[in-house]
Amino acid sequence: MKTYRAELHVHTVLSPCAEIEMIPPLIVQKALDLGIELIAITDHNASANVQAVQRAAIGTTLTVLPGMELQTREEVHLLCLFDTLEQAESWQAFVDEHMPRLENNAELFGEQLVVDETGEFVRRETRLLLTSATLSLKEAVAGVTRLGGIAIPAHVDRKAFSLIANLGWIPPDLSIAAVEISRHLSPAEARQRFPQLGSYPLIQGGDAHRLGELLGANIFRLAAPTVAELILAFRNEDGRSLTFHSGALDNPEGQ
Amino acid sequence: MTLQEIVDQLNLRPLTARHDFDQVTPSSGYASDLLSCVMAGARRGGLWVTLQAHANIVAVAALLDLSAVIITEGAMPDPETIAKANEEGVILLSTDKSTFHIVGRLWELGLKDH
Repeated sequence: MKTYRAELHVHTVLSPCAEIEMIPPLIVQKALDLGIELIAITDHNASANVQAVQRAAIGTTLTVLPGMELQTREEVHLLCLFDTLEQAESWQAFVDEHMPRLENNAELFGEQLVVDETGEFVRRETRLLLTSATLSLKEAVAGVTRLGGIAIPAHVDRKAFSLIANLGWIPPDLSIAAVEISRHLSPAEARQRFPQLGSYPLIQGGDAHRLGELLGANIFRLAAPTVAELILAFRNEDGRSLTFHSGALDNPEGQ
Repeated sequence: MTLQEIVDQLNLRPLTARHDFDQVTPSSGYASDLLSCVMAGARRGGLWVTLQAHANIVAVAALLDLSAVIITEGAMPDPETIAKANEEGVILLSTDKSTFHIVGRLWELGLKDH
């Protein structure tokens, strides 16, 4: 068993709302500086920068999981995490079939840049990423699960793009691995404020749009940094576990 | 009907710096809290009623050239969102009333959906 400090919600310059500093070498360096061993790259409806961050992390102690922050038809943000690039690419192909054909207006929404592992410009993503796919939450969770990934509703405590804000409660038939809360409250406060969270495992995400927002609030005990191991940790099974890094919180009272 | 009349009649609080409300004539109204629906369904120059107050409402309002956004139920955009609205010339108006109430009053005042 090994301890992994993890940040599973990181945007790159591919997300229009992310800062220009969110390029592979800087993300990797910042994660290492913070003692983070595991990150997931989760751009809005996109995964084209995942491989570049993985390459930037080669030879370091950092594992980079391929992911995406999907916006469902209900405008719920859903973290989709995978083990392999192939899974993420299959998921991307499926999502692309369900995206509206809208052009990004970079002045209003921000630039959407695909870069290489050094952060050099490769191309602009011209489709608007900050919009909903035509997939329902249920279809999305089923699709991610079918490919061997896990689906985690993002920042459910927020008022926008949140499962609880938009749907009121967590549909009981939804096979989600865990639920993400934002940096703005502690897991204990979240459980108190949102009884809808029931017994779902919680992770805390930095939703990093700039380097300073990498939080690394989750401390996993895992045999390896894989989706299957994360699932065991969420269930607290076979010596795997998830605890929180108390120093990472903006408001540590309530821990 | 000008936006000034609407602001006066409905007692709306302007959150942004633009105040040429008598120069703005909303062409129609649209109410939804899902931005993807607004992008698909609201008309150019229309008035949008929503309880969303996050930054993306400004981008949508600018994109569609909406005459104004009425944010209901006292939801408050953060300072960055208001600054962005000022930069884009987007008018944000606030009310404590519900969307249902505001839409009903707008309809009474003669604003329709097209």
